[in-house]
Amino acid sequence: MNLSAYIYLATLLFALGALVVLLRRNTIIVFMGVELMLNACNLALITFARMHGTLDGQVYALFVMVVAAAEVVVGLAIIMSIYRARRSASVDDANLLKL
Amino acid sequence: MSGGEALLFWVLGPACVLGALGLLFARKAVHAAMAMALVMVGLGIFYIAQYAEFVGIIQIFVYSGAVMMLFLFVIMTVGVGSTTSSVETIGGQRVWGWILALLFMGVAVFGLGKVTFPEPVGLGAAQSEGTVTALAREIFSRQVFSFEVLGSLLVIAVMGAMVLAHRERLTPKRTQRELAVDRIRSNTFVAGKPAPGVYARHNASDTPALLPDGTPAEISVPRVLVARGQAQPVPYRGVDPAGDQTETETADLPAPTTTDRGEQA
Amino acid sequence: MSVLETSVGVALADPSAVTAVEATGTSALAWLVIALPLLGAALLLVGGRVTDTFGPLLATALSWGSFVLGALIVVQLYGRAAEDRSMSVQLWDWVSAGELSVHAGLLVDPLSMAFVLLITFVGSLIHVYSLGYMANDPDKRRFFAYLNLFVAAMLILVLADSYLVLFVGWEGVGLASYLLIGFWNHNPAYASAANKAFVVNRIGDFALIIAMAYMLATFGALDFATVHGSAGSATQTTLTIIGLLLLAGACGKSAQFPLQSWLGDAMAGPTPVSALIHAATMVTAGVYLVARSQAIYDLTPDARLAVAVVGAITLLYGAIVGCAKDDIKKALAASTMSQIGYMMLAVGLGPIGYIYAIFHLITHGFFKAGMFLGAGSVMHAMNDRVDMRRFGALSREVKITWITFGAGWLAIIGFPFTAGWFSKDHIIESAFSAPGWQGWVFGLVALLGAGITAFYMSRLFFMTFHGKARWEDDIHPHESPLTMTIPMMVLAVGSLVLGAVLYPTGLLSGWLEPVFGHAEGHESLLPLIAIQVSVFVLMVLGVGLAWLRYGRDEVPQVAPEASFATRAARQDLFQDEFNEQFLRRPGAALVVGLETADKDVVDNAMVGGTSRGLASLANVVRQAQNGFVRSYALTMLAGIVAILGAVWVIQ
Repeated sequence: MNLSAYIYLATLLFALGALVVLLRRNTIIVFMGVELMLNACNLALITFARMHGTLDGQVYALFVMVVAAAEVVVGLAIIMSIYRARRSASVDDANLLKL
Repeated sequence: MSGGEALLFWVLGPACVLGALGLLFARKAVHAAMAMALVMVGLGIFYIAQYAEFVGIIQIFVYSGAVMMLFLFVIMTVGVGSTTSSVETIGGQRVWGWILALLFMGVAVFGLGKVTFPEPVGLGAAQSEGTVTALAREIFSRQVFSFEVLGSLLVIAVMGAMVLAHRERLTPKRTQRELAVDRIRSNTFVAGKPAPGVYARHNASDTPALLPDGTPAEISVPRVLVARGQAQPVPYRGVDPAGDQTETETADLPAPTTTDRGEQA
Repeated sequence: MSVLETSVGVALADPSAVTAVEATGTSALAWLVIALPLLGAALLLVGGRVTDTFGPLLATALSWGSFVLGALIVVQLYGRAAEDRSMSVQLWDWVSAGELSVHAGLLVDPLSMAFVLLITFVGSLIHVYSLGYMANDPDKRRFFAYLNLFVAAMLILVLADSYLVLFVGWEGVGLASYLLIGFWNHNPAYASAANKAFVVNRIGDFALIIAMAYMLATFGALDFATVHGSAGSATQTTLTIIGLLLLAGACGKSAQFPLQSWLGDAMAGPTPVSALIHAATMVTAGVYLVARSQAIYDLTPDARLAVAVVGAITLLYGAIVGCAKDDIKKALAASTMSQIGYMMLAVGLGPIGYIYAIFHLITHGFFKAGMFLGAGSVMHAMNDRVDMRRFGALSREVKITWITFGAGWLAIIGFPFTAGWFSKDHIIESAFSAPGWQGWVFGLVALLGAGITAFYMSRLFFMTFHGKARWEDDIHPHESPLTMTIPMMVLAVGSLVLGAVLYPTGLLSGWLEPVFGHAEGHESLLPLIAIQVSVFVLMVLGVGLAWLRYGRDEVPQVAPEASFATRAARQDLFQDEFNEQFLRRPGAALVVGLETADKDVVDNAMVGGTSRGLASLANVVRQAQNGFVRSYALTMLAGIVAILGAVWVIQ
């Protein structure tokens, strides 16, 4: 057992997050799927930092968190305004961007 | 990886995967959010176990605490009781989603399997003066430009959220005094609306009050709950003067729906 | 300072290499010669009605200013040693693309300055004339703007130091000519005459463009110095092709066979235009081009022979057509064609002919401009009638016009000691001294042309000024105002004495010798005196015949049904019919065919098919654009898997 176990775990979590995005229709849950993918990446970054003995991975993980926080703020605001306009939290109902 | 860490991994790892699966399969958004919080806390512990104490603490405090709180807040606003139907609307989405996710797993795992990871260096040297100090040195020296950019990103995000969530008032907010005057003028609810279910077994705002004759007062339930279909049905317990109808009836309230939308107004 | 080699006359008896030095003194202001009339054109065109009052006078003044400056430059050049008279004025880097680098520059040398003097002097006289002629035209200002534009463009043409800059002037005079022919474009016939001139000219222009491209490919440069300096290194075939292409260009601009058809119709423009552009200056641009390219032609006898042949054909062609025309301006146009044929013949003869070609060009500029102005004056007197059959006996009514026209007439028929006699006789003599059969053919053609010229010019002269008056009743001939007659008088004096001033004194040959070198001709086939006597005899015969038929006898007021030859000549020897039948019709058929092909094959089958195919394909593909975010996410995941798979495969 070595550190690569964390990487495999991260891969698995990433795939699950992707599945959440693909399969769930509640916008908020889809959004949480995105967060899950970001978190999986963070795990990998932390592990890499430990592998290589540098702090870059940790710094990047922090940055990813900051970006995710910004994304959450804007994304949830978008969800709110869509919900107000369409009374719906389903991603499939926001499908106006088509021919 | 020491034995203790391995143990931690094998306990927390499956827990995280279970959380992720919960996120994937939970019917209710609240449950999904709780599962997500579980994953995040688990991951935070992993970070701490991997000598990234600061990041781990941030993960638990900021992510699991603040961000998930925000999620929950929105879930409460948008519809806490909303559940997801399992009927897929886009043809082939489910099948292809699974196929591609498994393919991704396959390709990634196969690729990782061929990688020879270097012997872990460990963070002892890098964090010799403490993890926070080391991270601070890194962030405020080499990465300071990225840090500044991220700061402005956050400010912009906050402003964007404000703009998006802001709703302009078209009419002035009516004061309580005006409302009271209106009630008297129109001679409706002069004594105020009936309060919701206050009786022996129930004391909840989703249960309608019963009028003196035993009929549920629909008006007593907050209309948001009615709109969400979350008002509780109350059996008619009144006695009909004619006496020929003793069968209980459900109040004419919408039953909770099982659609994922749950917000038919 | 760039020391450029120019005009290496290889076949010359005295191959003196002339180098162009950087211009100093007055010559450095050569650009101003062009800029003055250009400024006038810009002011008058942009200024609008504000300039209506003083515009024409300003244009005239600027044109004269150009002449004065040109004359000062000539004085400066004259003060230098003969071999130092070639100077270059570098203006700016114009085209700089890869290996090609063309400087916009001017070449001030005896040849270009001879043209500058001719253009600005005759041009300015015609400006003055136009002040009277166009006095009552509502669009006078526009007319003068175009005249100035023409003068500027023509000066660019002759002062250019490279073929590219020359081409700018070449196109500029084409434009000005187009604008001026169609000046009264409210008349559809005039507008289409302008179009015809433009289109026919375009053929020549295109040949010139190809010639330039060929030079660029061969010599890698377009300036005269490089092209002419390295002409010797090119193969004979290349030089011949370039020579023929340049000749085609010259044919278009100079209305030479087979691109001659536009000149007759170009008479639709106001008469001063005909005098300036379609007699004295622009149509001689072709001669200038060939003379300027002498370094090329000297090395390629084939192309030179083609030039001479074209000249010989055109000189007979114009002469024959001139015999039958009743429209005074068209008769003069035919004569112009014929005279330029003489010049082309002369430059085609090689070094022995260059000087005489330029000499004839200058004298012709004077006497033909004078006669055109005279024709304009006659039209002025006759209410814009042009049919000579309704003229007659005008000598008493418009005496000054009669006398000045007479001077031009004497010059063109080659009456001894007039300007035309000096220049034309020398061309005929040179033609006889061409080697081998060429001497006989060209000599006899030139000789015959001289006789016919005497006939048709006398016919024109007698029909207009002598015989019985055949005017329409409402016409009261009157002499033109002084603004018109004074330029005519000046040109008439020039027609009479210019030859004697320029040639026997050695002025012109001395002036042009640095450019053309000194050429010893072959032994003439006939003794000089024999040629001169036969020219004189033919001239007298032509005049006499014309007098018998058109001076003494009654001239019918309506052209009689005549022999086939006459009818053919009246119709310009069927040039338009030929063009219509063999060029326009096949062209039109080709266009119709191409249009059908374009519509059916390209539009319908290829473009339409492609677009229909794309549309149906898009209909399929757009199903993917269903608006569902999750579908798009699926696509992204597919992409990620594909990339990972690709990385895996590559490794």
